[in-house]
Amino acid sequence: MLIHLLAGALAPAFVRLWGRRAFFALALAPAAAVVWAVARSGEALDGTRVEELGWVPALGMDLTFTLGPLQWLMTLVVAGIGVLVLAYCAWYFRDDEPGLAPLAGTLTAFAGVMLGLVWADNLLVLYVFWELTTVFSYLLIGHDPAKRAARTAGMQALIVTTFGGLAMLVGIIVLRVETGTYSVLDLLASPPDASGAMTTAVVLILLGAVTKSALVPFHFWLPGAMAAPTPVSAYLHAAAMVKAGVFLIALLAPALSGLAGWREVLLPLGIATMLLGGWRALRQYDIKLLLAYGTVSQLGFLITLVGVGTRSAALAGVAMLLAHALFKAALFLVVGIVDQHAGTRDIRKLSGLRRPMPVIAAVAALAALSMAGLPPLLGFVGKESVYAALLDVAMGGDGTGIAPVTAWFVLIGVVVGSGLTVAYAARFWWGTFATRPGVDPTPTRPVPPGMAAAPVLLAGLSVVLAFLGRPLTAALSGYADQFPPGAHEAYLALWHGIEPALAMSAISLALGALLFRFREGFAGVQAAMSTQASAERSYQATVRGLDRLAVEVTGFTQRGSVGIYVAVILLVVVALPGSVLVAQGDWATETRLYDNPFQVALGALAIVAALFTARSRRRLRAVILVGVTGYVTAGFFVLHGAPDLALTQVLVETVTVVVFVLVLRRLPEHFTDRPLARNRYWRMAIAGAVAAAFAGFLLVAAGSRVAAPVSEGFPAAAIGFGGGYNVVNVTLVDIRAWDTFGEVSVLVVAATGVASLLFIDTRIAGIRRVHEIPYPAGVTKQPTRPGRRVWLPGPRTLTPDRRSILFEVVTRLVFHTIMLLSLFLLFSGHNNPGGGFAAGLVAGTALMVRYLAGGRYELDEAAPVDAGVLLGVGLTIAAVAAIVPIPFGGAVMQSAIIELAVPVIGTIKLVTALLFDIGVFLIVFGLMLDLLRSLGAGIDRQVRREERAADGVAGARAPTGGIR
Amino acid sequence: MTVNLALLLTAAGLVGVGTYVMLERSLTRVLVGLVLLSNGVNLGFLVASGSPGDPPLLYEYEDGSIADPLPQALVLTAIVITLGTVAFVLAMAYRSWQLAGNDDVQDDVEDAAIRRLAAADEASEGFDLSITATPDDQDEPIEEEGEAAGVAADGDSSDAGVPREEDS
Repeated sequence: MLIHLLAGALAPAFVRLWGRRAFFALALAPAAAVVWAVARSGEALDGTRVEELGWVPALGMDLTFTLGPLQWLMTLVVAGIGVLVLAYCAWYFRDDEPGLAPLAGTLTAFAGVMLGLVWADNLLVLYVFWELTTVFSYLLIGHDPAKRAARTAGMQALIVTTFGGLAMLVGIIVLRVETGTYSVLDLLASPPDASGAMTTAVVLILLGAVTKSALVPFHFWLPGAMAAPTPVSAYLHAAAMVKAGVFLIALLAPALSGLAGWREVLLPLGIATMLLGGWRALRQYDIKLLLAYGTVSQLGFLITLVGVGTRSAALAGVAMLLAHALFKAALFLVVGIVDQHAGTRDIRKLSGLRRPMPVIAAVAALAALSMAGLPPLLGFVGKESVYAALLDVAMGGDGTGIAPVTAWFVLIGVVVGSGLTVAYAARFWWGTFATRPGVDPTPTRPVPPGMAAAPVLLAGLSVVLAFLGRPLTAALSGYADQFPPGAHEAYLALWHGIEPALAMSAISLALGALLFRFREGFAGVQAAMSTQASAERSYQATVRGLDRLAVEVTGFTQRGSVGIYVAVILLVVVALPGSVLVAQGDWATETRLYDNPFQVALGALAIVAALFTARSRRRLRAVILVGVTGYVTAGFFVLHGAPDLALTQVLVETVTVVVFVLVLRRLPEHFTDRPLARNRYWRMAIAGAVAAAFAGFLLVAAGSRVAAPVSEGFPAAAIGFGGGYNVVNVTLVDIRAWDTFGEVSVLVVAATGVASLLFIDTRIAGIRRVHEIPYPAGVTKQPTRPGRRVWLPGPRTLTPDRRSILFEVVTRLVFHTIMLLSLFLLFSGHNNPGGGFAAGLVAGTALMVRYLAGGRYELDEAAPVDAGVLLGVGLTIAAVAAIVPIPFGGAVMQSAIIELAVPVIGTIKLVTALLFDIGVFLIVFGLMLDLLRSLGAGIDRQVRREERAADGVAGARAPTGGIR
Repeated sequence: MTVNLALLLTAAGLVGVGTYVMLERSLTRVLVGLVLLSNGVNLGFLVASGSPGDPPLLYEYEDGSIADPLPQALVLTAIVITLGTVAFVLAMAYRSWQLAGNDDVQDDVEDAAIRRLAAADEASEGFDLSITATPDDQDEPIEEEGEAAGVAADGDSSDAGVPREEDS
């Protein structure tokens, strides 16, 4: 199987090398499977060979493969026909066929997956392969994506078979719950007892098989799947994929056929399918569609047989499976030949093909006769045993407990269905090869012998195997003997003697001949009886209904407005946990009013500031008030005993306010006035509810904490393997370092987002230093002597009304100190308040100060480096710090404590978590730089550009990106 | 664990006002509301973390008397991410102002399209009833196959080049 998948993966390369001859190479894969199976015949037919590999023990899913008699037969069918079809493809397709490589690969891989399905013992693994065949079949049917019918057909097949597959999965799981095993071998060894749950499991599993094998009412996807190229149809829909359902039923029949629901589902559906398929086949003019409906009919027939559950029926079913695979594949390949060489598939137009293609006509005749069940072909042999088995069941139940009425009904249905089969087989051969009066002979090209080889071989096998009745019986009885012995001993032979079964064959042949003889009249009857109702229409109605429902529900719930979505989310938060909160009724919590009287004052201040924020109609005022609440929160942190937190909060709040102001200078001063009166009360109500719910959750949740906190071990761990005395910092860079890593990644993303939103064009994003400013023509620059250079060169580029001397002086005094403070915080953060975040924010504040003093040129002088570089380097350092311990034998992100003895200073204790902290520092610093460059300098430049455009200065560059 | 009421009420108040401000159309007000909300939630963390204590700096303070350090680390992460969020949303507001002249959050175009479909009782664009995978059976023998958008008309992709009468 792995060979197949490998071959499938390599197929595109082969096709590129060899064109369509690559199919020969690909055919080697199934050929290998055939050889392997034949080599193992001995042990397969006697007992069962099992191979096991573990896969997911937690789910009970392991790769157990078996090769029993049934699997052996299926392997030969699947792989053997696979070889022939792949070889046939070499003549069927042109070298420059579009999409040939994927087709070749998919077809080969499909063969491999089908073999996996056949060999699987574990039902979950079987399900995996089942769905893989569905996927590959979808790819093969929709092979030409330009054709709408192909896409629709592929989608239909996918939906129907996946629906069945999912039902099957549920059934398998229920089976496991009831019997405790996924293994088919275990199931066969100890069949489960009947119960309600088992019936459900059986029905669900059968649903999967029924959809896969295209039984009524799921049969409509199979004719639609004829949109695939003919070799694909020959393989998938004659030999391989649809047989998966039959295979599954045959596999499980010994164990499950006695249970309620098995026969009740399979027999009526099988007979109905057989009759419906045959009926519709007689109305088709396209021989491919005719064969498709014929396949539907035959599948119903096969499922009826393997579903009955007696020894003779099982033998007959498996024999018919073999016969069907042989003749159907041959017929499909013949259709492909006719289509390619005569140019049409319409029987109204084909005429006189017998003369130019005698070999093909003979082959098709053999295959059609096998389908019709005439001696001396395998189809006849199979049908004889079918009738014998069904007669046994009808005569006395044959150990199955089926009521005689039902059994006779099944028998009569099979006879009538066989009659229809004879009729459409005749229709097929006659319509394709006979000479039609009044129609000119269709021009044909000669058929290359290699292409005809495959159908010839298949038809030949149909003949040869018919004479090998005894050996065939011996081979297949390994499977059939799993059933209890029946009324008569079943065997396959061309001649059973004068028996009622022979009479049945004769009756069905006569019926078919009559139908063919009076075919015009019959067609009239059919036309009169035709209706528009069909399974496909109901499928489409279902799909449309589902679509309409989706549209209505989406239209109702998705209003499109963010406010409404947020409101809905919040209301659900209030409603669901809130109702639980109210219902649980246990509100007894100890509360204290405050820990520190300052808390009340701060809290009141925060609430007042918040209320004023809500009322504020000016943007700037709202922002300042929000900053006040931020500082109040920092105050709370100090009172609580969290200095690191307070430091970070103050810094972040400051930066937030400054960033807000940088952007708000461009937005209008006031919020847009909008009549919000009615909305206002709704919003107040929601806000009140949310606040109350939040308070309630917090009260109850916090009040019910009784367990010891997780962080009790942190301080000891911090000193022990973290090497630091600031527990919060050690938590951030060591104990919970992955959280921090994720957080800094978010910062990188946010910074990138800001830059992309502001700088549409990378030219604007460049760094401009003061000495790069071009001088106007006629002005010469006087070189400055060293010692007379001005530090803070930026302010000279600002217009005088925008300079603040005080600010510049203070900046000159304070900037270097701030940078030193930042570095100090970085290095001392492990033992004292500080750390990478605080240090980065402080450094960013220094940049901010220089930018505010000197404008955008000052910013570029302060940090003439791309912010992206800083972010990238920081992230890399953090990642390296995470991975570095591994080569030294440690875990990821494990800190090492290094003690260095430095001669003059003493011992320095270095903790490698500092490396991670440095990465964090660089990232936060890069974020700040990016913010300042985008929201500060970037907006400055856009303002400047607009001013110049407004002034109409010559040589100004055109505004980019929709600036007003 | 005893719960600090002052802190609790402050947190709830901030959350409430933040929600009120957030349910608006102007992106700046949404952002202001978001900042208030996150401040309130950070205070909520503080409520849940227990009673205050000494700062978790083990050089100076005893192990048993320090405040719970884990919520502090979590809140620190939250604060920094709030900074990133504020910056990003502000950039969005600015861009929206550049393009549309205001910083209001627009209604979603796709959702409006679906609502129109729902109002008109139509199916979505992904569904087309007129395409069937199999053609209907022929009722009269002389009928041309051409009109059924089906399999027979499309046929195999490996047409031998001989002209065929069907079309789709």
